[in-house]
Amino acid sequence: MKCSEFLHELTNYLDGVIDNNTKVELENHLSWCHNCYVVCDTTKKTIEIYRDSQLYELPEDLRSRLRSAIMTKCQQHKKRGPEPV
Amino acid sequence: MGAIQNKLEGPVSDELTLVRAAKQGDDSAFEELVRRYDRNVFRIAQHITQNREDAEDVVQEAFLKAYGNLQKFQEQSKFYTWLVRIAVNEALMKLRRKKPERTVSLDEDIKTEDDSLPREIADWSPNPEQQYTQAELREILSKTIQGLPPGFRTVFVLRDVEGLSTEETAAALELSVPAVKSRLLRARLQLRERLGRFFQKRENGDVHSGDGNQ
Repeated sequence: MKCSEFLHELTNYLDGVIDNNTKVELENHLSWCHNCYVVCDTTKKTIEIYRDSQLYELPEDLRSRLRSAIMTKCQQHKKRGPEPV
Repeated sequence: MGAIQNKLEGPVSDELTLVRAAKQGDDSAFEELVRRYDRNVFRIAQHITQNREDAEDVVQEAFLKAYGNLQKFQEQSKFYTWLVRIAVNEALMKLRRKKPERTVSLDEDIKTEDDSLPREIADWSPNPEQQYTQAELREILSKTIQGLPPGFRTVFVLRDVEGLSTEETAAALELSVPAVKSRLLRARLQLRERLGRFFQKRENGDVHSGDGNQ
């Protein structure tokens, strides 16, 4: 397996959707190609860091405010009836 | 090195029950759906619009639109996937209004295959995120993802942050599965490369460089 082929399969590999033969070839490639090992490892870390980051959490007070605004507008919508198409 | 574990697979078993009750006019069921997905919609919206007030608007508009169109929801996909599609469209509309000089679309940003090849292959420190405070880290992550084109960051956020499957992401964005996979790969590699500037292993383990008198 060449580095470009490895890269082509990287997303499937990280997502665990890869057939066994390709996985064996890929892991064999990783065992001797340091660059691809680093790319694979740091890409995986990138995903994990973002996933665990709690970036853009919705604070509870804002959350309640938004929810109550949404429900008020929904009530108004209901009273008005369906909008003309 | 194994596959990434997907953390998000919320309770969907009674989602349909709530949706059907809401369709029958039960607003408390709809409110429960809001409660269940408001955080996700807010995150997605802020990732796309990069603006908190816009994200707040998108949350309201998306749920209101979902409420108004509930009878049209065919129940062929998850309610959440349908809601995400509405929210993404609302968020992209906001972005278009802000940047009318550029057409913002999920179909842009398609480049040649070569640009996804990593240029920098430096390894990272063992626990790179621990070099920074929580606030610094959030700033780094936020700035870094802002640098990605909207089409890339939307795919990354839906797949890797929100945990939608490739098929659900494709359905929510009305893209093909290969298009989602291709964007996801590029988004992941670009983020990896950009984060490398902050997380790279430093020589001698020293964070500060340039102190050469010793």
